Amino acid sequence: MSLRRALILIPPLLALLAAPGHADTPGGVQAKNKAADGEKVYKQICAACHMPDAMGSGGGAIPALAKDKKLADPAYPIAVVTKGKGAMPPMGDMLSSAQMAAVITYVRTHFGNSYAQPVTEADVKRVAKAGGSAE
Amino acid sequence: MKDVTQPSRRQLLTLIGKMGGAAAMYQAMTTLGHAAETQFSGPPVLSGARPGASVVVLGAGLAGMVAAYELEKAGYQVKILEFQDRPGGRNYTLRGGDTFTESSGAVQKVQFGPGNYINPGPWRIPHHHNCLLHYCRQFGVALEPFIQLNHNGFIHSSEAFGGKPQRYKAVATDFRGHTSELLAKAANAKVLDGSVSAEDKEKLLEALRHWGVLDDNMAYTSSVAVSAQRGYDRPPGGGVDGAPVPSQIAKLGDVLDPQVWTAMSFYFNYVMQTTMFQPVGGMDMIGKAFAAQVGKLITYNAKVTKVAQNGKGVTVSYKDVPSGKMNSVSADWCVCTIPLSIISQVEMQVGPKLAAAMKAVPYAGQLKMGLEFKRRFWEEDDNIYGGHSFTDQPIAQLSYPNDRFFSSGPAVLLGAFARDAGAFELTGMTPQERIEAALAQGEIFHPQYRKEFLNGVSVPWSRVPWILGCTSRWSEENRAAHYQNLVAIDGRVVLAGEHASYYGGWMEGSLLSGLDAITRIHQRTQAA
Repeated sequence: MSLRRALILIPPLLALLAAPGHADTPGGVQAKNKAADGEKVYKQICAACHMPDAMGSGGGAIPALAKDKKLADPAYPIAVVTKGKGAMPPMGDMLSSAQMAAVITYVRTHFGNSYAQPVTEADVKRVAKAGGSAE
Repeated sequence: MKDVTQPSRRQLLTLIGKMGGAAAMYQAMTTLGHAAETQFSGPPVLSGARPGASVVVLGAGLAGMVAAYELEKAGYQVKILEFQDRPGGRNYTLRGGDTFTESSGAVQKVQFGPGNYINPGPWRIPHHHNCLLHYCRQFGVALEPFIQLNHNGFIHSSEAFGGKPQRYKAVATDFRGHTSELLAKAANAKVLDGSVSAEDKEKLLEALRHWGVLDDNMAYTSSVAVSAQRGYDRPPGGGVDGAPVPSQIAKLGDVLDPQVWTAMSFYFNYVMQTTMFQPVGGMDMIGKAFAAQVGKLITYNAKVTKVAQNGKGVTVSYKDVPSGKMNSVSADWCVCTIPLSIISQVEMQVGPKLAAAMKAVPYAGQLKMGLEFKRRFWEEDDNIYGGHSFTDQPIAQLSYPNDRFFSSGPAVLLGAFARDAGAFELTGMTPQERIEAALAQGEIFHPQYRKEFLNGVSVPWSRVPWILGCTSRWSEENRAAHYQNLVAIDGRVVLAGEHASYYGGWMEGSLLSGLDAITRIHQRTQAA
């Protein structure tokens, strides 16, 4: 096997190294978050900013996800989660497509939202691939 | 011997400056070993300010205060509006008796003993951040070394070494040794013959033998020579048992764990290279030093609600938070340093390009924790004096205090500096749960943790009410699309802060951005 070929076959470990070379960040690498179900992903990732009750904070600077009509079309939350929006960073480096699908499904069926149709891993991959912004 | 036909450095630079302009000059200076460290070449000279010209600065962080300081010195009338009841912004320090209230409403009272502290925000200063160092020098802020690279710190991966922490010096030596052996094998197997000349191959093999501490067979094996770098089972001593006993090298498979080489490459980063510094007594000494100069210009507890402008000036509306009373201040110009993560709380009368740029910058949400222990067991038991230990757990790293080495009594170490998913996970917990997580994850390094623990505090930046994030984190795409629009003067308003720099998250970026913003305002004023 050529060296070039071998390099291409290296798994994307570099996704762990989200820290850009210029910022003041911790060193080393982090284990991936392994939470599988949507409720756990929400608690371990989203609740940090959107709060455990999904009410957001800062008078709307971090928006509430509770009773959020923008969640009706799943394309919108998928785009926000995969690409980021405003101060929110894109989550693709931290979460798998399956985790993103699970947590979007969870939020769309909790916190006063009732959009029963589940979001699938394939949905997430399709939107992520399409590019563009979540505006 | 000096060649008389060779021009002096100054003559050469003058010539290059004349022929190629400033950019060529800068390039040439860099090549000649000048200038490369920073874009700072001294504070701006803002001569000839129009009498009565005025600027309102939003935010008394470092960007705002340096702008105010230099503007006032130049003769401008300056006012600063600050949301908090203290100067410094993210440049601050938590000490015993301080209270920290999160956006969730959770309240933590810091219980550290006298002299102990943590710097939740900026905490280390590279030796090449000359703008910051300039003002520290000028204002008499005492600095001491920040022990960045500690060869005796630990690295920990749950995927390697059986989950047991390893000393940095051991695994860094092993990584170098194993990879040197492999490269030497490849060279000797003629795999590299298409890439190196016979002469260079000899040089390469010689380098690998010494660099990797390889044995006579060009293999990386346990030996006293290798232990002289990675550490011994029994170090050299005196007398009868003076002979050292070598340690055993780690296996290649363990050493290739990314925690090893990322720890090594971390210290290669320009902004992470030694020498680094910290202010004696806490990072807020810098903010306080600026406030000693411009404090009289600051209105505290002022929540800006609106920035309105016309062709002639700006009017900023703000609420006095304790009384709820609305006020306003007008000026010719406005320097706005409010973080972009909360700028949506302000009605900004700006053009569409700047408005779009303000919404285009993601923020990182780091978390730090300070843990106070009864004694410095990391020094007394483990021979660790400052520096870091890295882990793949959510806490990400421990950092040991860089001051008052060998002292007795309680001391504070940084028990977490978490980022990304790890930071979010810890942020989502209650303050009590975070302490428990930090103890459980940190005691992998130091079994003394539980016995010696006194108290702790956590600062999750995503829940710091006045910023709701830690630092800007531009992507390349966003920077290409929006950076110039973000820093451009919009009528009578200009933004400044670390987010308006290429040094995101560093105090140097805030200062350089503040100075650049006021230099451009001054130029506009002079041109008018």
